[in-house]
Amino acid sequence: MPAVPEAQFRETLNNPALQSAIYSATGRLMEKRRLVVSPEALPDFQELRDCAHALKKHTLENLDYYLEQFESAVTARGGKVVWCKDAGEAVDFLTRLAKEKDAHRIVKVKSMTTEEIELNEHLEREGLEVTESDLGEFIVQLRRSRPYHIVAPALDLTRYDVAELFTRRLGVEQDDVPEHQTQTARKVLRQKFLEADIGVSGANFLIADSGAVVLVTNEGNGRMCTTLPKVHVAIAGIEKLIPRAQDLAVFLKLLGRSATGQPLTVYTSFLNGPRRPGEIDGPEEFYVLLLDNGRTRLLADREKRETLFCLRCGACLNHCPVYRKIGGHNYPWVYSGPIGAILSPQMLGIQSAPWLPFASSLCGACADVCPVKINIPKFLLQLRSEANKAAQRDGQNRLERLGFRAWAWVMRHPKIYEALGAMGSIVLSEQEPGRWLRDLPAPINIGPLRAWTSERDLPPLPPRSFRQLWRERARKRSR
Amino acid sequence: MSQRVALFVTCIVDQLFPEVGLATAEVLERLGYQVDFPEDQTCCGQPAFNTGYRKEAREVACRCIEILRGAEYIVVPSGSCTSMITHHYEELFAKDPSRLEELHGLLPRVWEFSRFLLEVAKVEDLGARYDGIVTFHDSCHGLRELKIKDGPRRLLSHVRGLTLREMDLAEECCGFGGTFSVKFPGISGAMSRNKIDSILRTGADTVTGVDASCLLQLRGALSRAGLPIKTLHLAQILASQ
Amino acid sequence: MSKEHILHKTRTAIGRSAGQVPAPLDPPRIRIPEMDRETRLARFTQALENLGGVVYRASSPEDARSYAATLLQGKTAVASGAPLLAELGITALEGVCPGISDEPSLRALCASAAAGITGADYALADTGTLVLFSSPQEARMISLLPPLHLAVIRLEQILTGLDELFSLEPLPGNRSSSMVLVTGPSRTADIEQILVRGVHGPGQIHVVVV
Repeated sequence: MPAVPEAQFRETLNNPALQSAIYSATGRLMEKRRLVVSPEALPDFQELRDCAHALKKHTLENLDYYLEQFESAVTARGGKVVWCKDAGEAVDFLTRLAKEKDAHRIVKVKSMTTEEIELNEHLEREGLEVTESDLGEFIVQLRRSRPYHIVAPALDLTRYDVAELFTRRLGVEQDDVPEHQTQTARKVLRQKFLEADIGVSGANFLIADSGAVVLVTNEGNGRMCTTLPKVHVAIAGIEKLIPRAQDLAVFLKLLGRSATGQPLTVYTSFLNGPRRPGEIDGPEEFYVLLLDNGRTRLLADREKRETLFCLRCGACLNHCPVYRKIGGHNYPWVYSGPIGAILSPQMLGIQSAPWLPFASSLCGACADVCPVKINIPKFLLQLRSEANKAAQRDGQNRLERLGFRAWAWVMRHPKIYEALGAMGSIVLSEQEPGRWLRDLPAPINIGPLRAWTSERDLPPLPPRSFRQLWRERARKRSR
Repeated sequence: MSQRVALFVTCIVDQLFPEVGLATAEVLERLGYQVDFPEDQTCCGQPAFNTGYRKEAREVACRCIEILRGAEYIVVPSGSCTSMITHHYEELFAKDPSRLEELHGLLPRVWEFSRFLLEVAKVEDLGARYDGIVTFHDSCHGLRELKIKDGPRRLLSHVRGLTLREMDLAEECCGFGGTFSVKFPGISGAMSRNKIDSILRTGADTVTGVDASCLLQLRGALSRAGLPIKTLHLAQILASQ
Repeated sequence: MSKEHILHKTRTAIGRSAGQVPAPLDPPRIRIPEMDRETRLARFTQALENLGGVVYRASSPEDARSYAATLLQGKTAVASGAPLLAELGITALEGVCPGISDEPSLRALCASAAAGITGADYALADTGTLVLFSSPQEARMISLLPPLHLAVIRLEQILTGLDELFSLEPLPGNRSSSMVLVTGPSRTADIEQILVRGVHGPGQIHVVVV
């Protein structure tokens, strides 16, 4: 049973350079977002959020219909839908396809879904060359690491880290100027784009009435991967569906703004199958892999199915005071931040990291900024309850459970509650009035009290509680 | 015959910050209210609810509803305890129609302290005096669930001798989060220090808010850092003369 | 079969049966503001120039051609088959290669050319966006591979924004296998959130409006 990764947390918290990198990058993203969703910049913002929430809700509540509509539309345009129950099926299909086409080189657009199914590792094991083409993902791939943030994969790195990495892995001269580093990546990747046999992408949206895949990018790698190779494979969770192309008028206004503070990203690609007769370029084959991988299980939870509304914008990460302290690698799975905290337990089971839903102060900043209004704090609370129930079944956390049973009993017996309070104030009494306690005498300096005093001072229990003082006050007044 | 209000002080004020409860009562009495304190009150159940123990939370919440029966107004000097009742009890009693009905009758009568002053008593100037540079911390539940933002600032604007300065991180969580503070002390502590840095940047000598639990966290962190900045609940400043 | 498996699990999860009609859906939210042509152009210009693009309002067809000539002087450029380009004589400029329709040649040329010249189907005023449908006349890679993209459009092609676009093109797939919205030069901020222009797509965008 995975315990809280305290040592790793401490390492991250005690690394000033990393703290600075995380804090400033997320701070910048927050500020950029704020400017473009303000009432002046986007007066309809709240209305659009409501509309997007309603559209996602409707889509998921009628998902089977839209899935079938999507497949018909893709097929009608000369593409092919491949239904994948789990990661294994998606990987298998791609492997078989590559063999069939005698394809060896794959270029990829950034896709959290492909991270989820560990696509690269599996394909590489099959002897295929997979190159990430998004600059941040390219860097992460060279580093043999995983993304630090849903939208900005290399958020934790400085230009010096990148310089050292490029020299070590690409053999180029050390250069810490981001412009030059970008040019290096451009040169390397251009060759890869031109030579690739298969382009693999995710999908920001799947359009049911059109059978289309929508990709939003900034660098142009998305277009490269879906234009130059002969085959385009898009891998997307079944929850990415929206009913109509026209609904993009709502969603596209929310996604870029929430993610990076851009009213629109540089490239929005609406990809509707292989090239048509007469078209000069574009893929000759177009596949969309519809991935379940546990999503239908989430769907069955009437309340928490809202988790599937997520647009993967990363706004919740940027605004989360916990993410901004521990960063993306301290989350147990590929999805980090508040959305990761509710998605991971539901996809992997609460036992995968029972502590995760508790690693939040429930401040609610995430729900405030979510473009599709996912009530993340509510689901964290529900997952906490589920975690405790699971712990109870496994005979764990006995002491804590007992503690709360006792607490509930005391709270239902006011005289006992008062007596305990009075006793406590004797033990933890003020030595100097108003002076807080740095630590406690050894026998009681354990558990929660020790955890408290490890970071801050403890208040002394006042000699008399409010109710005692109130009684005295009433007595004095009645004289 | 003066209007009566019942005080739900909250367990944390009762046991750790009784002066906040007294200040709350004083302010209300000065406005002409007769303040009752239903003696059998203990807690709203939030600690258990937040730690995932819903059965235990429900037991305590049931009792809390019973205690608060009959009072026309219930004033609570805490944003998070108020919102526990007004925003989260619903989920606890979702399967209990009769309790739910009683809850719905209770909800309009439960008021967080600052909102009571502004929206029920309809008062902004309490004739208070406090000499100091004060910065206001926006507690998360108060801010996001009860929409408490301008209200306390308006109340503070009338306090004579008081200079109000805004923190750049006023809305950032202090890091308390109930049991989060002891389950993840490293993160909680780091968050509190972030907040303290923001307070320091204002040059304030006092930080205030509507939630004693936030003040517990902030004062604990300020004390550990050896900083002489005072933490006072809004009620204490408004009671000050 | 995975399809049946997934559909079955989906239906069970949401309590629907095969063939069941979906719940009614509100019509798409489309709000098109009133905006005259000059305002559209002004907005488009401001939005695209804020992103580092250049917008040139030509006073006449000759002026448009002359702008292109100056911009492309000494450069090799690939031109798409957009009729407007030929109409304005841009395809006849020195260094410009028009009318290439076989992919390998086009690819080789685009990979080495300094500029790509296209038309566009629409432009969006509020975001400074060009809307490009691929077609036998418009290959995708011309606006993608070369480091400079020159687009020539007519004033009346400028729409107010996404809402107007989707009201005119409710099913973009009916027209083409690819619709791309291009909003400014290619960019990244993946390294320390520092903005760098011209990553894989063109680092320079010029739009001539006639």
